[in-house]
Amino acid sequence: MRVHVDADKCQGHNRCYALAPELFDVDDLGYASAKDDGEVPAGLEDKARLAVANCPEYAISIDDNAAATSDGHAEKPA
Amino acid sequence: MTGHHPPVTDWATDFDHADPVWAANPFPIWDDLRRRCPIAHSDRYGGVWLPIRHEDVAAIAYDTDHFTSQSVIVTEGRPLAPAPQGIAPPISSDPPFHHEARRLLLPAFSPKAIGPLEPFTRSYCNELLDAVAGEPVVDAAEQYAQHIPVRIIAHMLGFPPEDADEFREFVHDALESVDLPVETRIENFAKLDGYLRAQVEDHLANPRNDLTTFLLNAEMNGEPLTPEHVGGTIALLLIAGIDTTWSAIGASIWHLAQHPEDRRRLVAEPDLMPLAIEELLRAYAPVTMARLVKEDFEFNGCPMKKNEWVLLPFPAANRDPEFFDRADEVVIDRAENRHAAFGLGIHRCLGSNLARMELRVALEVWLEHFPEFSLADPAAVRWSGGQVRGPRTLPIQIGIP
Ligand code: HEM
Ligand code: SF4
Repeated sequence: MRVHVDADKCQGHNRCYALAPELFDVDDLGYASAKDDGEVPAGLEDKARLAVANCPEYAISIDDNAAATSDGHAEKPA
Repeated sequence: MTGHHPPVTDWATDFDHADPVWAANPFPIWDDLRRRCPIAHSDRYGGVWLPIRHEDVAAIAYDTDHFTSQSVIVTEGRPLAPAPQGIAPPISSDPPFHHEARRLLLPAFSPKAIGPLEPFTRSYCNELLDAVAGEPVVDAAEQYAQHIPVRIIAHMLGFPPEDADEFREFVHDALESVDLPVETRIENFAKLDGYLRAQVEDHLANPRNDLTTFLLNAEMNGEPLTPEHVGGTIALLLIAGIDTTWSAIGASIWHLAQHPEDRRRLVAEPDLMPLAIEELLRAYAPVTMARLVKEDFEFNGCPMKKNEWVLLPFPAANRDPEFFDRADEVVIDRAENRHAAFGLGIHRCLGSNLARMELRVALEVWLEHFPEFSLADPAAVRWSGGQVRGPRTLPIQIGIP
């Protein structure tokens, strides 16, 4: 599983960072990005879903197949 | 004080958000409008619209082409400062000016900048409650909530803490006395302006490591900020953070006073606090913003006229049953919660990380001191009206009665 933050939609509410600091980072302006190319470590899938469900701007998406198909290509830079 | 206008007779065609009925309990009004008139209109204030559904509130918040933020507080007059900067950037600014004016401030309010203010906030909250130790009844609004955001923002701006009472008056005049005549409001703003000028002079003479000095030295597009920009932003930071956070803290204590099950759960499971705070912000969101219609324009069948107001009642959007399950209940561990208490889109509350920290610490410290409490006199609770709604008088009985 992978998470992705759409930088055009993110307004820096920081709900994701507060709920799942393992998966998200914030920059000096307070905008979020996914950590480690968005790769969700095993066991943190629920936290990823929780972050999606709390982003007021609908800026976070999940790709459920990413872990299977990914060959390490990078997420679009935020 | 509210109530300078005649009482409202029909909320769909003649509403007034400064009416004492709205201040005391707006929820039935919104429920009624949701059923029969989801975008209400009133001729008061020179024409004002009230969308109630989450979908409409969000659409207007995102639509900066048809709606301007030039003034976000509905009053009898119309804004004097021109777009795109407006009187208090960035809240009164439109794109693209808004983007730059906001960007300047973002680092000072990012999670990484706010985190270090937590110990100061905690010790101040403890100080406030130590001072009332042993009193059987504590006014959680007057003796606690109202002091917290004032102390923190004064600290950030580098203003003398002993001026706190004065700030609160400015804020009250700016946000809560919206149905006063324009002349009185201009006089009130002149007082705020005079105070800020003195602070700016002092910071020019004695620069220090605070937000005021930062703004005086800041540049936008390679140019120093104009004095109007600096003054407007400082006024905004002072005004935007005080009544709002005070309201959120007070409303949360008001809820917990009446819901022992939620209170006891928070005491037993402190890790629940981050979710609980979001739910309390959803259910008792204090802030309604406004826009002005830029040009005549039809929105969802409503003929909006240039220079009419449009209220953005984020608190009503947060109670929309089409958007939230069990919208009118407080579900203290609600997991899915895309609430809009801090707004939506480009004007997302700049102070949201600060406000959240203050709310969490204020409740944690309150519960440590007073794990058991209740409303001392429900009839004595008084709520502010206008666009920032929260308890202003909140007598709390400490302990098990
Ligand atoms: C619980 C407390 C608070 C609530 C509910 C709240 C709510 C809001 C809302 C709804 C907006 C959006 C305005 C719009 O769409 O026009 C906003 C903007 C803003 N808030 Fe807050 N606020 C709170 C606390 C604070 C604090 C502590 C500060 C810091 C001093 C602050 C500073 C601002 C500023 C500067 C803006 C304008 C941002 C922009 O236009 O880009 N607020 N707030
Ligand atoms: S919750 Fe959404 S808007 Fe907020 S920081 Fe995360 S991605 Fe951005």
